[in-house]
Amino acid sequence: MPRLIATRAVLGVLTLLAVSAVIFICTQILPGDVASAVLGQQATPESLQVFRQELGLDKPAYIRYFSWLFGVLHGDFGVALTNQRTIIEELRPRFLNTLFLASYAAVLAVPLGVGLGILSALREGKLSDRVSNIVTLIAISVPEFFVGYILIVLLAIDWPWFPSLATVFEGMGLGERLYVATLPALTLVLVVTAHMLRMTRSSVLSIMSTPYVEMAFLKGLTRTRVIARHALPNAAGPIISVVALDLAYLVVGVVVVENVFVYPGVGQYMVDAVAKRDVPVVQACGLVFAAVFVGLNTIADILSIIVNPRLRHPR
Amino acid sequence: MTLFGHRPPLFAKIGLAIVAINLLVAIFGPWLAPYDQSQSVGDTWAPSSAHMWLGADQIGRDMLTRLIYGARMTIGIAAATTVLSFLIGITLGFTAAVVGKWVDVVLSRVIDIMLSIPQLIFALIILGVFGSSIPVLIITIAVLDSTRVFRLARALGVNLAVLEFVEAARLRGEGLWWVIRREILPNAAAPLISEFGLRFCFNFLFVAALSFLGIGVQPPYADWGGMVRDNAPAINFGLWAPLYPALAIATLTVGVNLLVDWLLSIDARPSGAQAEM
Repeated sequence: MPRLIATRAVLGVLTLLAVSAVIFICTQILPGDVASAVLGQQATPESLQVFRQELGLDKPAYIRYFSWLFGVLHGDFGVALTNQRTIIEELRPRFLNTLFLASYAAVLAVPLGVGLGILSALREGKLSDRVSNIVTLIAISVPEFFVGYILIVLLAIDWPWFPSLATVFEGMGLGERLYVATLPALTLVLVVTAHMLRMTRSSVLSIMSTPYVEMAFLKGLTRTRVIARHALPNAAGPIISVVALDLAYLVVGVVVVENVFVYPGVGQYMVDAVAKRDVPVVQACGLVFAAVFVGLNTIADILSIIVNPRLRHPR
Repeated sequence: MTLFGHRPPLFAKIGLAIVAINLLVAIFGPWLAPYDQSQSVGDTWAPSSAHMWLGADQIGRDMLTRLIYGARMTIGIAAATTVLSFLIGITLGFTAAVVGKWVDVVLSRVIDIMLSIPQLIFALIILGVFGSSIPVLIITIAVLDSTRVFRLARALGVNLAVLEFVEAARLRGEGLWWVIRREILPNAAAPLISEFGLRFCFNFLFVAALSFLGIGVQPPYADWGGMVRDNAPAINFGLWAPLYPALAIATLTVGVNLLVDWLLSIDARPSGAQAEM
């Protein structure tokens, strides 16, 4: 098993490497280059030349890729084009903010989604299951910003319990931070819980229709025992994948939610950079998001190898 | 009323009605709208009145008119994107399945890597480099979305490519394109059609989200995501302005989902758990 896990981890690292290459290539396919895009109409051949040298654009692409990658591994993402500040210094506090928001939402959403999903599978076809089916379908099909604005109208305007703008700053106490970030976290919780509930429900149900569960029922075991001893251990693998998938989604979902609540995280930073076409910042944020995404997927695969004995012995 | 030989349940009927109304508004928009989309006819966020049913937006344009034109833009872009995405995805997916060998390996690995970058992040990177315009938006989303279509088309194609009638067609010397068009496509049509509904929904939400972030459809064109963004400050005064376009987006996606949910359930077997308890 350790060998299998190591293989999967190496695969994760290779994927990340490939992803970084793809992100780099994306920023190179522009007709012309970054220098002419930034300087635009006022560019003279001389100023272009100087700017290109400053950015290192006169070197071949693969050398620039490796020097970029080397820098990234040392925490050097380069300098933002628009305000000349070092990217890592702006990125670090925002990354921590984003991580805080995502974990806040995850701590609430994971037990809620998995618990309600199992409950809903046990009550399949009953009224509560049918209601939850429609409610969750609506929750996963409406955009996050719609959920966000509805929450603002209800919990910040009609009943002014929480602030509608999630302004956090350095040196803010944990309690206050949690209070201010409640609405964005709640928005993410609603969307993610709904998805997790549906996926958990369907994976438990697919286990419930297997022959060995039928056998357990025919033996005369109680419902609780069949579920706790026969169904749930086998549903653990799929449920872990669902949770990891949703956590990965959470990291991306924050981009929109941060913009609704003006929360100072990586998502907002990235969107600002895209609007200003600040390529190095876009590159850096993109790589950070992709790395978290790939990392979570790798962890999910490793966990499912650990909980599922059948995956430990590849044929 | 029957559809595809089945009587749709209540929720599917609601979905169908929502989709039909939205399509009609999108197609006949300019004839339905009371004003022009860039015409300022009232005060900022004027309340709803007899001549402006839903009030005015942040610079006094009629909200209802903007919503009607927005339907055209947002639904149009999502539809164009989905069609393009299916053209790319199906062509590549079936080619990979029928040709096999290194073509399949190369395509599949490239797509795997693309799928390991979250779609929204990937789109942000591309739009950050190219800047946002409607053609760039459509091509970007279509290419990213075609990775999902590729997966499905390849899986369907691999199962079909080993069947006798495909082999027979190949042995009598038909070309790759002929085999794909005449043998594979008709047999893979059913699952691809319900996938089309889901992908449309996804792309529609995606366009709306990008416009909401301010990097999708650019002003002066009306589109639902951008309208939510532009009217967002009104919410702090307790005004409903940003909720109308958001509600429009939400209703259409719920409608399409209800319809697709039913289409998928038609040929799904009842689950064993329900049958036995």
